Amino acid sequence: MPEKDNENSYDIIVVGGGPGGYVTAIRAAQLGMKTAVVEREHLGGICLNWGCIPTKALLRTADIYRNAKNADEYGLSIKGIEINLQKIVERSRGISKQLSSGVGYLLKKNKVDVIDGHGKLAGKGKLVVEKDGKNVADLTAKHIILATGARARALPGLEPDGKLIWTYKEAMVPDVMPKSMLVVGSGAIGIEFASFYHTLGVDVTVVEVLPRVLPVEDEEISELAHKAFEKDGMKIMTSATVTALDKGADNVTATIEQDGQKNKETSELTVDRVIMAVGIVGNVEDLGLEDTKVEVDRTHVVINEWCETGEKGVYAIGDLAGPPWLAHKASHEGIICVEKIAGEKGVHPLNTLRIPGCTYCHPQVASVGLSEAAAKEQGYDVKIGKFPFIGNGKAIALGEPEGLVKTVFDAKTGEMLGAHMIGAEVTELIQGYAVGMTLETTEAELMETVFPHPTLSEMMHEAVLDAYGRTIHF
Amino acid sequence: MTVEILMPALSPTMTDGKLAKWHKAEGDEVSAGDILAEIETDKATMEMEAIDDGVLGKIVVAEGTEGVEVNSLIAVMLEEGEDASAADAVSAAPKPTPVPQAAPVEAATPESAPETAKAPAAQPEPQAEPPAKTNDKGERVFASPLAKRMAADAGIEISVIPGSGPHGRIVKSDVEAAMAGGVQAAPAAATSAPALPATIPSMGSYTEIPNSGVRKIIAERLTASSCDIPSYMVTVDCEIDKLLSMRKDLNERSPEGDGAYKISVNDFIILAIALAMRKVPGVNTSWTDAAILQYDNIDVSVAVATADGLITPIIRSADQKGLAEISIEMKDLALRARDNKLMPEEFQGGGFTVSNLGMYGVKEFTSIINPPQSCILSVGAGEMRPVVKDGALGIATVMTCTLASDHRTVDGALSAQFLQAFKVMVEDPLTMLL
Repeated sequence: MPEKDNENSYDIIVVGGGPGGYVTAIRAAQLGMKTAVVEREHLGGICLNWGCIPTKALLRTADIYRNAKNADEYGLSIKGIEINLQKIVERSRGISKQLSSGVGYLLKKNKVDVIDGHGKLAGKGKLVVEKDGKNVADLTAKHIILATGARARALPGLEPDGKLIWTYKEAMVPDVMPKSMLVVGSGAIGIEFASFYHTLGVDVTVVEVLPRVLPVEDEEISELAHKAFEKDGMKIMTSATVTALDKGADNVTATIEQDGQKNKETSELTVDRVIMAVGIVGNVEDLGLEDTKVEVDRTHVVINEWCETGEKGVYAIGDLAGPPWLAHKASHEGIICVEKIAGEKGVHPLNTLRIPGCTYCHPQVASVGLSEAAAKEQGYDVKIGKFPFIGNGKAIALGEPEGLVKTVFDAKTGEMLGAHMIGAEVTELIQGYAVGMTLETTEAELMETVFPHPTLSEMMHEAVLDAYGRTIHF
Repeated sequence: MTVEILMPALSPTMTDGKLAKWHKAEGDEVSAGDILAEIETDKATMEMEAIDDGVLGKIVVAEGTEGVEVNSLIAVMLEEGEDASAADAVSAAPKPTPVPQAAPVEAATPESAPETAKAPAAQPEPQAEPPAKTNDKGERVFASPLAKRMAADAGIEISVIPGSGPHGRIVKSDVEAAMAGGVQAAPAAATSAPALPATIPSMGSYTEIPNSGVRKIIAERLTASSCDIPSYMVTVDCEIDKLLSMRKDLNERSPEGDGAYKISVNDFIILAIALAMRKVPGVNTSWTDAAILQYDNIDVSVAVATADGLITPIIRSADQKGLAEISIEMKDLALRARDNKLMPEEFQGGGFTVSNLGMYGVKEFTSIINPPQSCILSVGAGEMRPVVKDGALGIATVMTCTLASDHRTVDGALSAQFLQAFKVMVEDPLTMLL
């Protein structure tokens, strides 16, 4: 093969440099494959630049603000707390920037080529890269992994305009603090923004089409979250639909239909800004999929358990390939995909029931595995354990006595089917259960495990004990 | 603190022994290295040394007691300054659970077996739990807690389940697959090995070759077989000229590349055995006290010599397979057997064993039955021999086969019927198509 062709031919090309794509590329390079990433915007993708990370920076500000306001309870007197919106946003952007360049360094270190532009399939094993409408590279690869991610879904008639009606992107970089806000959708994205703005003093209303907030969580956790948000002053409308958004000069009037006792009740709400967080759609456009056997179902690429599409040599991972829409799912899928390609031994398809999910609102919510209802629906005879934060010394010492840890076990085998938590720091705790579930521990090993005192993690122990009627501290 | 002194195991297979003599009396001061007692099995007497200083607080098992179980409490040591009542408290407590008798598929863990050449340590760690599960190579079986519990509930011996987790760890889905029909429950009829303490008589210098797991299993199972099974032999000569010419004919038809085969005489024998087992199912059995188990599947174990020792991979449902299939499968199994890469389910089970030493020019031989099976066929070399045909002397290629059978399950006539069916097919292999 001529020298010239070699330069542009790879074992693996990953299209998209988000948490799915860049991790996939690094793993592929570790496995000795010549690898490139094609990224059109910024390394780290939505997660790092417009999602997970910058929102955590914003929510950290909200947490500190809340604690400062409550300082008196802790015997501290803090006066004159002021919100400097510009600085809050700057901090969040700075963190994204730092991490994005970190990803660039990691790729370089692993000898992964980064190609700037939009990647598009162009026949078997071929990919063209376009930049500003011009063709900048013709690449060939034995395996092409699509990891182009997803973007906010727009509902007809309620399309975001970026000024009054925001998506996560505008919500991340506000120039002025609105006085009032409507958040449409109460999934993780909607609730996190609602929590951030509400904490900083914005009058927030959340509208959810389903009967409960955080609808993917266990019902009991949803209910506790709903109560906690309302107690904090947030307004929540469930079983409600926004049917129209009427834009004024600097405000929006929403028409909201809510299921009443008998009929639908229609109301109007005028707010400064609206955040649309009603799910996502996969970035399937302009990838050259038309002339391939790659199957697309409702904006997502159809894959098998090894992330293979209908077209040999073309794979898809992450948000592009279907739920759950989580960065860590994308990363893990990518690793499985390239390890399978490399013929590694002991590669297993991803078990989605062991993927933890975290929502960083206040109070935090985290879960892994089946909810109580889902477990029952699947025919399990379940044992349920619960332990409230009020029974935990560390939680009380922290001044965080509200929350719950809930466990779901298969009564027959003792397998942990799921765990659900709400309260302080639960997003950091859930991993303990995730490890346990992946190692297939039963209740017996969890009971035998020594949990350090005093920690919030003791509640995880008690919630296991409770499922078997053995809880000590409640 | 009191220290419990437990009955030591003098060999991996020792389950109990005699406490021959106490060298110390209650209240005697003991220094590390002092001889505490003599332990005796039917072959050896070993001295038991103290590991720590202290006082022999209480003798729980009097000298002269026979059948003392390994790991049972025999005495209590006191540390200096401790009161003798502390020893009473210990000895009154329930005895530690004795180590369960090692079943053939779970050889004792090598770590727990003191080397026989050395005096056993006086104070083995009290074993609160039975030793970790081991497979038949004596290696620890890695399985998730959930998998262990599910296998136990389903009555499946976990060590025979192939593990698909990291480093071959057995996980839930493996047990589920096994429950769905992959793996049979461990044979119930497996006989336990009698305690045969290995002693080294003084025969001058020697090299110590450590017993591999396979070696131990061979020793254990075949000793048990030889002791417990009332076996007998039946021999038959088979003329295999037709078989050889059919073999040549078939091998000439092998495709190139994928699906290529080279059928051996042994492949014919495996198929003939399988078909004869179908005709005479009484040989495909196991003896248990409650009943004779007659297996539904016709699985033929084939003895393969490896560097470690003998192993018997299985051609499952051999009666339903063609010669090419058997041949290709056998080649793969034998290759992996020699590389020690067989999965447990590939060599555990089987209803009948064949052992072929023909390639070494052996005329005829006998084998020891591979329990819990009832029969093993020993196949010698096919060699030109004078034969009498139609009243005249002729030459034929003759192969002598000897069947060893368990008389508890298979009577002589049944063995003869089996060999007759086998002989017909081997001598006229076309009949295998019928």
